[in-house]
Amino acid sequence: MASLKDLKNRIASVKATQKITKAMQMVAAAKLRRAQEAAEASRPYAQRMGTVLGNLAAGVQGRDDAPKLMTGTGKEQVHLLLVCTAERGLCGGFNSSIVKLAREHANKLLAEGKDVKIITVGKKGYDALKREFAQHIIEKIELRGLKNIEFKDTKAVGELVLKMFEDEKFDVCTLFYAQFKSVISQIPTAKQLVPAHFEAQEEVAEEGADNALYEYEPGEQEILETLLPRNIAVQIYSAILENAASEQGARMSAMDNATRNAGEMIDKLTLSYNRQRQAQITKELIEIISGAEAL
Amino acid sequence: MAEAFQFELVSPERLLLSEKVTSVVLPGAEGEFGVGAGHSPFLSTMRPGVVKALSDNGETFEYFVRGGFADVSASGTTVLAEEAIPMSEINAEFLAQQIKNAEEDAADAKTDETRQKADLVVSQLREVEQAVAAA
Repeated sequence: MASLKDLKNRIASVKATQKITKAMQMVAAAKLRRAQEAAEASRPYAQRMGTVLGNLAAGVQGRDDAPKLMTGTGKEQVHLLLVCTAERGLCGGFNSSIVKLAREHANKLLAEGKDVKIITVGKKGYDALKREFAQHIIEKIELRGLKNIEFKDTKAVGELVLKMFEDEKFDVCTLFYAQFKSVISQIPTAKQLVPAHFEAQEEVAEEGADNALYEYEPGEQEILETLLPRNIAVQIYSAILENAASEQGARMSAMDNATRNAGEMIDKLTLSYNRQRQAQITKELIEIISGAEAL
Repeated sequence: MAEAFQFELVSPERLLLSEKVTSVVLPGAEGEFGVGAGHSPFLSTMRPGVVKALSDNGETFEYFVRGGFADVSASGTTVLAEEAIPMSEINAEFLAQQIKNAEEDAADAKTDETRQKADLVVSQLREVEQAVAAA
């Protein structure tokens, strides 16, 4: 049994930890609001981009001269996984759930005999994947020290992906990130970037008549060629913003839990501290009384 | 009064403007064009320039955009700008800086194609500068 002094030290240390987790939770809550606003503000752009591209894509579908970014290279041999995670830990299962999804995907592809290349965005993803997939990781990007992530910061990532595609370094590109649903729920998501996938396509097909009337300036083809690369940059940007919001949300709930656990622990420790103190007093009394009786 | 339609200006960071407008002037890649209500569906890329929108209560909105594209459809007009800044925040210094950056891009360009593109941006920015100086 730990001595009274030990217990006292334990209680003090748990209390100190609780203070830290409480502070982290509050910081995360403040950051979350900003990150959430940014993520939500970026949604209209990405959404509209999707609709417009969906319209365009329906038009050129099945044509031989359609841009490769949309139709793919015709092969499925080399897969590029773009894994977006946080720069910091202490945010519950946030990083590990994204990494888990990416790992499952990578293992599945490897089992099928495909080549896998990985680019990690964020330090934690690299740390988690380097042991298993060291030879597959071709690049790690860190977005450290950026307070507010702006479009131009993430553009470089998009450009890297495009450059690799032009050089025919991969056939299929998939983006991994956590979609922000709410503070308590972030959904790890895999999204295929190349060849581009548009949800709007089916819907558009039904409204085919409307689509046929579209005029394009310069040409349909030229527009697609400028839009598709930009779409990739935008998708990455919005994924990173979603990620930032998810990270703060995950950290907030993780720290809330930690604070509560610390509180419980303090209660338990205090209880056993008091019990022991009483037991000691009783013991001393017995000693005194039995000593007096012996006289 | 002309019929109003929905106009939206969106940058990757946020939705900048969502208004009922009667007309919009956009800097298309192949020349400036105006959009009124009931314009036929139209999709165009944009060069750097000024977006002007006239709202149905007489307000005008002016934004400097750095490229992007415009989607004109029956349900309204949407401008997806790469970067958009209200004209009130734009001054000659800012434009001069933008031009300088673009010129550096042109100087750094490794291939003819990228140099041509950068040169084009420089000339387009100069046009904007002149327009701003004249205003």
